[in-house]
Amino acid sequence: MKETIFKQKHLLSIEDLSPEEIDLILEIAESFVEVSTRNIKKFPALKGKTVVNLFFESSTRTRSSFEIAAKRLSADLINFSASISSLKKGESLRDTVLTLEAMNPHIIVIRHSASGSPKYLTTFARSSIINAGDGFHEHPTQALLDALTIKQKFKTLRGLKISIIGDILHSRVARSNIILHHKMGNEISLIGPPSLVPKEFEQMGAKVYYDLKEGVKNSDIVMMLRVQEERGGGNYFPSIREYRKLFEINQETFSLAKESAILMHPGPLNRDVEIETSLADSDKSVILQQVTNGIAVRMAVLYLLKGERNEIIN
Amino acid sequence: MKLLIKNGRLIDPATGTDNTYDILIDNKKIKEISSLIKKTPSIKTIDAGGLVISPGFIDMHVHLREPGFENKETIETGSKAAAHGGFTSIACMANTSPVNDNRTVTEYIIARSKQAGIVNIFPIAAISMNLEGKNITQMDDLVEGGAVGFSDDGRCVMSADLIRKSLEYTKMLDVPIIEHPEDHSISGDGQVNEGFISYKYGLRGILNAAEEVIVARDIILQERIKSKLHLAHISTFGSIDLIKNAKKKKIKVTADATPHHLLLNEELITTYNTVYKVKPPLRTEQDRLALIRGLQDGTIDCIISDHAPHTRDEKDKEFEFAPFGVIGLETSFSVIYDRLVRSKTINLKKLIELFSTNPAKILNLKTRGMVKPGLPADLTILNLNKRFEIHENNFLSKANNSPFIGWKGQGVIEYTIVNGKIAYKRS
Repeated sequence: MKETIFKQKHLLSIEDLSPEEIDLILEIAESFVEVSTRNIKKFPALKGKTVVNLFFESSTRTRSSFEIAAKRLSADLINFSASISSLKKGESLRDTVLTLEAMNPHIIVIRHSASGSPKYLTTFARSSIINAGDGFHEHPTQALLDALTIKQKFKTLRGLKISIIGDILHSRVARSNIILHHKMGNEISLIGPPSLVPKEFEQMGAKVYYDLKEGVKNSDIVMMLRVQEERGGGNYFPSIREYRKLFEINQETFSLAKESAILMHPGPLNRDVEIETSLADSDKSVILQQVTNGIAVRMAVLYLLKGERNEIIN
Repeated sequence: MKLLIKNGRLIDPATGTDNTYDILIDNKKIKEISSLIKKTPSIKTIDAGGLVISPGFIDMHVHLREPGFENKETIETGSKAAAHGGFTSIACMANTSPVNDNRTVTEYIIARSKQAGIVNIFPIAAISMNLEGKNITQMDDLVEGGAVGFSDDGRCVMSADLIRKSLEYTKMLDVPIIEHPEDHSISGDGQVNEGFISYKYGLRGILNAAEEVIVARDIILQERIKSKLHLAHISTFGSIDLIKNAKKKKIKVTADATPHHLLLNEELITTYNTVYKVKPPLRTEQDRLALIRGLQDGTIDCIISDHAPHTRDEKDKEFEFAPFGVIGLETSFSVIYDRLVRSKTINLKKLIELFSTNPAKILNLKTRGMVKPGLPADLTILNLNKRFEIHENNFLSKANNSPFIGWKGQGVIEYTIVNGKIAYKRS
């Protein structure tokens, strides 16, 4: 069985995965994509298993994507949403998770604003933990669904050039993608103002550019990040106007990439801020395909983790 | 009560002593030091053959949490932890609740320490009222009440005008201003050292510069004022450079470092284990090595634990939500001896200077930090051959947030003698 390649009990980060494990997840995801086109989309793989969506940050797309993925695998799913302020004032994360665990779930999908929270859960929880985004750290299923989209387009995940543009400093999507593409041996350029793209990111195997045109040249993939003014608390750049002037991807700047290049965005989009609206809606854009692929990738991850509970608390 | 300590190797840098002596203690004071003092059945005797006797260790920077945070630590439990770690005297920081910014709190701390009666406790009072960085405290009154220095520790005095005035004002009091060098406008809500690791692991960073701009600012002010300036828990390469140059220029400045900054680096935070969350943050290996050189060349004058107890629940959190700080009173000597003296990075005499002679000078404790007839009998007796392993259940502190749990090595405290009384004896 090829599935024995997969050694993980949790999915905490792309960093934990080997290239072979990444290939396997994508391979299984591709087969789920294929069956998703059928009329009956449901499988019994996780029948009798319970998945908890534990979201401490508002999220529509990721939460519903995990929900659909779990349901298509016949798992029972509950959604538990809470605010970060409730964690600070009321019940601790540990107590919240221990309470949920007392109901014997198999997999907990967590999104949390504090980096490292999924890893922290693994120090006391018995369920498999899936990281659905932790602070500025990682968002592994996003990078995997991006990779699936890239693979569908280019028939390979190797030997490509990817440009990631925007607020790298505060982006977990960027980190997961950088780590994944570095593992796969792709060329990575990171583009944005120096205040949001520290040079130290080059130690992760990327090259840093402050000039959009220079960085985007000859790219196969152009990945835009959402400008998140609320993330850092300001003063990383003076105004949206100036940001747009320097770093918006539009028909003109996109044309510097390869002829066959694709345009990606993890959503939600700020139209006409980081991305020109006509380009977002053009045939270069694979943004909606990314969303569709999210379900297949999350099905593959849930399927591989199987939801076997730890019998011993470590 | 008399106590006779026989055949110990007394090392006292203050008096230039390093030889085997018998020491007689009578009525809380050192009575006699000589090569042979006769044993009599009526005098309790400690055989210190093979052991080292040091002037009592002094930790000039601990958080005892009382009044206000007795769930973390009390003056009594903190005192027991101090004695366990070989400290005969400790100075406690002002960030209690209420803040030690008035004589009533200073006197309360001293009264409670006398009740506990285990080690000498010297309160450090706040520089500014309620640690707000606006108005200076009634410093003369606080010194009269027993305060031995001033610090807003936990917060930096961000106003250059206020630090200037407190340095000027304390000139007539001859006590140090102890600065917590951290420019809060740079550190913000940073969690760890800023650099590749903070970027990779998605944690907000604290630049070296947050410390260095304050170190530089205070040195520049002090050059003219010539008061007593002490810079706490130095953590960066750049700060060491600044302090070293200041000392070369004969500017009156002293500085300390903690065992965790001397022995650990930022790579530990990649596990998101909150026990490594401290302020200043654990820095790079390059910074750590600069601190060690600072010990060797005298840029760093003493070692402090910055003992910062927190409850298990407070630390058992998401990294970002956990409080900063580690405990250290009970591990400082053993980890420093094992890792720095046994490796011949520093010698034992230097260690004693860092743990006793120099902090006594900085706090102007005229009767402490040396062993001489007539002075209070504060002695730390070391067993350099005994091995240790640090267990989380062996702390006398209320807390166990130590980054050294699991460490093994050699060199333990055999006895802690405070004012002639055995405050701790290894069992």
